Amino acid sequence: MLLSDIKEILKATVLCGEDHLDWEVDSACGSDFMSDVLAYVKNQALLLTGLVNPQVVRTADMVEINCIVFVRGKVPGQDILDLAAERDIVVMTCPKRMYEACGLLYYNGLRGNCDGND
Amino acid sequence: METIRLVYPVEGGDLIEAGEASSKMKLTLKKLGLPQDVIRRASICMYEGEINMVIHADGGQAEVEVEPEQIVIRMADTGPGIPDVEQAMQEGYSTAGSTARELGFGAGMGLPNMKRYSDEMIIDTEVGKGTTVTIKIKIPQ
Repeated sequence: MLLSDIKEILKATVLCGEDHLDWEVDSACGSDFMSDVLAYVKNQALLLTGLVNPQVVRTADMVEINCIVFVRGKVPGQDILDLAAERDIVVMTCPKRMYEACGLLYYNGLRGNCDGND
Repeated sequence: METIRLVYPVEGGDLIEAGEASSKMKLTLKKLGLPQDVIRRASICMYEGEINMVIHADGGQAEVEVEPEQIVIRMADTGPGIPDVEQAMQEGYSTAGSTARELGFGAGMGLPNMKRYSDEMIIDTEVGKGTTVTIKIKIPQ
């Protein structure tokens, strides 16, 4: 699924990395626990989270996630966006809650790809 | 390839800034052209270790040795030590405070994650003196 499709499905706003909406992701995960992301995510490309702090970007960077979507309309500060831009990570915000955002993407064909549940 | 030794100080106190050392190591490993999976596993181990050092020990030092056949990451602190290593290795067990939890950590996954992604993990700890966690990750030949 293209990041531009994700933007459309979630009615998201791109905050950083607008030039990379042609990037493709084939799986996603949703979590507010960064240690869980580090524990179970394998070759993921999209992270949905309600947590807003620089460690979200650093965690994404460690596991090669290249797009973060903040749910419930949360907008990170410029320091977080700068950190993401330095690492070539696309950042979006969407008005939907976590459950609904994950459900919509899953319904549209974007699956999870986590160790232990596939 | 000769052994390359990298040293990263880990600043204590500021959990929001934690992760800089891991980011730098990851960039260096990329420049060395190591396999992506090796870089990913080493980065996750180092990052979890770095977070642990900031949460529990007010910082420390990470030494990374890139040998031809493996990466050795040695994270040493002079913090309080771990009284019960077996308990600390249990997923879900944590003594971290609310700040760590607010940042998405402190769920008792740090050491278990480091073990999961490493080929070998050695914890050398003494209560009141500090902890050194050594991680080894093999480089497929």
